[in-house]
Amino acid sequence: MSRVRLLVGTRKGAFVLESDGTRKDWTVSGPHFAGWEVYHLKASPLNPDRIYASQTSAWFGQVVQRSDDGGKTWAAAGNKFLYEGVAGTHQWYDGTPHPWEFKRVWHLEPSLFDPEVVFAGAEDAALFRSTDGAASWTELAGLRKHGSGPNWAPGAGGMCLHTIVQDPSDARRMFIAISAAGAFRTDDGGETWKAINQGLRSQHIPDPNAEVGHCVHHIAMHPSRPQTLFMQKHWDVMRTDNAGDQWSEVSGNLPTDFGFVIDVHAHEPETVYVVPIKSDSEHFPMDGALRVYRSRGGGNEWEALTAGLPQKDCYVNVLRDAMSVDSLDKCGVYFGTTGGQVYASADGGDSWNAIVRDLPAVLSVEAQTLA
Amino acid sequence: MKIRVELPANLCRLAHVAPLVELEAGEQPTQRSMMEALEAKLPALQGTVRDHTTQLRRPYLRFFACNEDISHQDIDQHLPEAVASGNEPLLIVGAVSGG
Repeated sequence: MSRVRLLVGTRKGAFVLESDGTRKDWTVSGPHFAGWEVYHLKASPLNPDRIYASQTSAWFGQVVQRSDDGGKTWAAAGNKFLYEGVAGTHQWYDGTPHPWEFKRVWHLEPSLFDPEVVFAGAEDAALFRSTDGAASWTELAGLRKHGSGPNWAPGAGGMCLHTIVQDPSDARRMFIAISAAGAFRTDDGGETWKAINQGLRSQHIPDPNAEVGHCVHHIAMHPSRPQTLFMQKHWDVMRTDNAGDQWSEVSGNLPTDFGFVIDVHAHEPETVYVVPIKSDSEHFPMDGALRVYRSRGGGNEWEALTAGLPQKDCYVNVLRDAMSVDSLDKCGVYFGTTGGQVYASADGGDSWNAIVRDLPAVLSVEAQTLA
Repeated sequence: MKIRVELPANLCRLAHVAPLVELEAGEQPTQRSMMEALEAKLPALQGTVRDHTTQLRRPYLRFFACNEDISHQDIDQHLPEAVASGNEPLLIVGAVSGG
């Protein structure tokens, strides 16, 4: 029988949750790396017991951990993230030039094509690649040296490269997103990059339609449709059907189009999930009611999913990497909150239950479907 | 001559060691030679006490020796004799986290 493993990163450690295919009863192991922030964990799609974790601390810097037994044991891997050449400057919050300084890894993305290759998205924004299972890292500097780099500026959470999406049909194509620069695409394996922000409109920047400066929060793709991407921007839910060359807004009837997470159903490429958050100054659900919204038509028409979710006095947030889906039939959907709950739906979002309630604030959730 | 270095709890867990570690840090040990010896003996701690890029002590960490804060001494200044001789430990201390 198939199993599901959830990799949960929190403010104070990592947790591994497992269930059989019924997804009713869950075991919880952890905290791993207790006391450290774990921004993200993700397993190799080619070797499911190979898991990478980004362990970070304001005191002790960045550590990358690797497990080769499905999260039972871990070993520190390479953590030397050096920018290539002269790091240069980007814009600081006040508009002055600020040196590029490595702070942490927000996202780890194991390759779809090579079990030894893994990508790391960093703050200050840069993309690194390891070809030896995270033992060593090399910057893909073509991104940071995109001509617009000196004009990139941090969002409130820092200038982070937080989203890495690979095209399963083309190993040379990849999408990344940076707060608050925008989305970028490479078609040559990371050598050169193109800003793909046409159609985004951000009222908080001097030119709302600028090439860069957009606070993209997350991007999701269904593997069968690599030309179609869904984006939760700071405000606005967007989609593109030409690999980012042009975006259009699909916020439709959402009660608020601010939010962080977005994901796509495992078997229905036009079924999309978001968790609307009231505003950028009030990072909690509207009216104290936690609602996932689902569109079955690729956006514009959204339905609230509330069964099993708290509908009063709920003031948690759901951060950008904290939603994931499994590939069982029916599709499982999972998300974690800053209140320490991980909610699961085993029926595509129709009903939910909290499989853990009292973890530290959840930073990331990744679901693995295991044979 | 070996020096003794006391690590904060998080680094002990990371390196799977007890708090007090002994290091060969040269005839006339300094902060720099101490950090180099620490990273050589415990590779899991590379980049955690000093930044990979600047090679400087991380800002939320302090070094104490013989009841004194030596964090802002020159990185190549000799450590106090009592530390160099192994009689007193050098303490690596993380900033207190409140809230």
